[in-house]
Amino acid sequence: MQISAKLRIATIAAATTALMSTATLFGANAQETYRIGYAISKTGPGAPGAATSTTPNYEMWVKEINDAGGLKVGDKQIPIEVVEYDDRSSSEEAVRAVERLINQDKVDFILSPWGTGMNLAVAPILDRAGYAHLAGTAVTDKAPQLAQRWKNSYWLLGTGEQYAVEMAEFLKGLKDAGKINDKVAMIAVADGFGIELSKAGRAALEDRDFDLVYDKTYPLGSQDLATIVNDIKSLGADTFVAFSYPPGTLGLTEQSRVLGFNPKVFYAGVGTAFPLYKDRFGADAEGVVSLGGASENDPKIADYIKRHIAFAGREPDRWASIVNWASLQSLQQAIERAGSTDREAVNAELAKGGFDTILGTYKPGDQTFWQVGQWQDGKFVGVAPTSMEGAHELVFPKPAWKGAN
Amino acid sequence: MTPFLKPDFIRPVAIGAAIFAALAFLPSLVDSYYMSLAISVVSFAVLATAWSMFSGPTRYISLATVVFFGIGAYTVAVLGEVMAFPLVLLCAGLAGTVVALLVGFSTLRLAGVYFVIFTFGLTELVRQVVSWYEVNVTREMGRYVFLDITQNDIYWQLLALFAVLLLTGFVLGRSRLGFALRIIGEDETVAKHCGIDVTRVKVALFVLSALFMTLTGAIIAPRWTYIDPVIAFNPMLSFQVVIMALLGGPRRLLGPLLGVIPLTLLFEVLTASFPNHFSILLGCVFMVIVYLLPGGVVGLYEKYRAPKKRTLSTDTETTRKSGEKTA
Repeated sequence: MQISAKLRIATIAAATTALMSTATLFGANAQETYRIGYAISKTGPGAPGAATSTTPNYEMWVKEINDAGGLKVGDKQIPIEVVEYDDRSSSEEAVRAVERLINQDKVDFILSPWGTGMNLAVAPILDRAGYAHLAGTAVTDKAPQLAQRWKNSYWLLGTGEQYAVEMAEFLKGLKDAGKINDKVAMIAVADGFGIELSKAGRAALEDRDFDLVYDKTYPLGSQDLATIVNDIKSLGADTFVAFSYPPGTLGLTEQSRVLGFNPKVFYAGVGTAFPLYKDRFGADAEGVVSLGGASENDPKIADYIKRHIAFAGREPDRWASIVNWASLQSLQQAIERAGSTDREAVNAELAKGGFDTILGTYKPGDQTFWQVGQWQDGKFVGVAPTSMEGAHELVFPKPAWKGAN
Repeated sequence: MTPFLKPDFIRPVAIGAAIFAALAFLPSLVDSYYMSLAISVVSFAVLATAWSMFSGPTRYISLATVVFFGIGAYTVAVLGEVMAFPLVLLCAGLAGTVVALLVGFSTLRLAGVYFVIFTFGLTELVRQVVSWYEVNVTREMGRYVFLDITQNDIYWQLLALFAVLLLTGFVLGRSRLGFALRIIGEDETVAKHCGIDVTRVKVALFVLSALFMTLTGAIIAPRWTYIDPVIAFNPMLSFQVVIMALLGGPRRLLGPLLGVIPLTLLFEVLTASFPNHFSILLGCVFMVIVYLLPGGVVGLYEKYRAPKKRTLSTDTETTRKSGEKTA
């Protein structure tokens, strides 16, 4: 009897607290805010990627704006309020979470989820409801068609093809200068990204009279790639290209180092531009080529990296993070330029472009960022397109591995 | 008079038809968020009921739900833009049936935990085969589904599918096949002695249940726009279906529905209110369910409303005894 009475009191106390906190929440709603919503993979296979390229940027952006008093809309300062959900890396959850953001939470703007699949799942819903879609982490060859299909959608990372073509073009420059032979060994991870890039890369390299002496895929999750490295080593290719994912990228680098496979050009895939690559390989990262890149000498980028470290406790990756940040800067300026939180006015401003961002003057969807980068003196710098301002000279040939010998 | 014209057949079917007709008007009453919730409830209702149709009476715990669901979704991704949607559904149904037949004949001789492990492994197997095919043959990993099928269309299709499923289950429960299946569930040896072709009955039911799962996947696929093997064959779905069916009570036709509705709503509330603590809270809820409701919602209902009718367990006793006598 004694215990159950206590339990009852505890229950009533808990219920009252819950009610009171709900009341406080409603109280907060009475104040004018700009409501931003997003559903992102906090759990499941997409979680590590989301936590690297997307979530820290969203959180840092909201915090910086709110610390400054909020968005400047007309003559008012409006703070940002965030509604966030976990899509648990499931398309169905992402679809429902976005429906909830639109119909229940009635948010003013919805930021994109992580990954190609999730972004494509929510795109039609956002379009139908009149929300703009800054798809920050989708790489798809359909990007141009998608942008036409859904008028207010922006596919920030572009197509897989563009990275492959830019790389092939860059290699052609080296071949024409007589620096490398025409033999290329190419491998790819058997997953959406690897398949799309290797397909485009195969065509682009063959168009430029390269001879693909090795062209295979390896399964996602496989880290023991010594056999592949050994096979390739004897083929006499000056160029090694791997469209790999982070575990494979690390495994390939490690095994090439152990087996002494040191081609003149060593191109590895996603993960190379991550800070952890440099941490793991130290001086041996020097000369490794990959996709992405950052103009770290550019004060804006350097400042962004510094703020990101201070906020999240780690460096941003040198590819999607930078593009995502530029899109968030664009959004802020679009709202402030529109002078209103009206969705259509903001969408119209976004479509005009001309925003001042860490990527310079930018319109979401512009592919004005580095397609090929290289580790040079502990920084992952951009080397191609060579026409871009601040392009670094390639360190060539790749220096010998030091660590494992 | 055929058995289908008896009042104890007509009455439930008429009531069911009236309820489904009323549910068909839901889209004109609520906004698209509630529609997406309704789609979730109906799709899980079909999956859990179809799962129970086979697993309830036979007591084979199948973790292959997502295999068939994914096959349905993939068929739409491959054929969606080639032919009319009803034809695509037909092809999906065929594909699901063929796979279910293959799987059924090769594995339904396995018993107990071996079957559970096999069905779980099957998900991985099918996912890898599809990946291999896409990597080496089509050289495109993801597929796009651009179909002009609205959320309401999906809802109506799922509702119709659920109606057909319940009717099938209802007819089945009154048929010789359903009776045979119940005997197998109680004691396979007895069933064999009664002259039942155990394997064929099990395979037939497995295929039927798989067919409904496949169609669910096919109907829901246009909602996702983009499908790759990881998205289509997500093993979480199989577990969710098992949990929902077990919570409701898999041995009654409407039992799974009693698990689907509260759990779908619970998932929704947890996701919406505690996005960062979803997994922990879900775990706690499951523990509560297992401790407080070991027999599922149906079990609770039966416990507090002492049944007047002969229950399944007395049936069992009789069958067991007669079985022992025969043996």
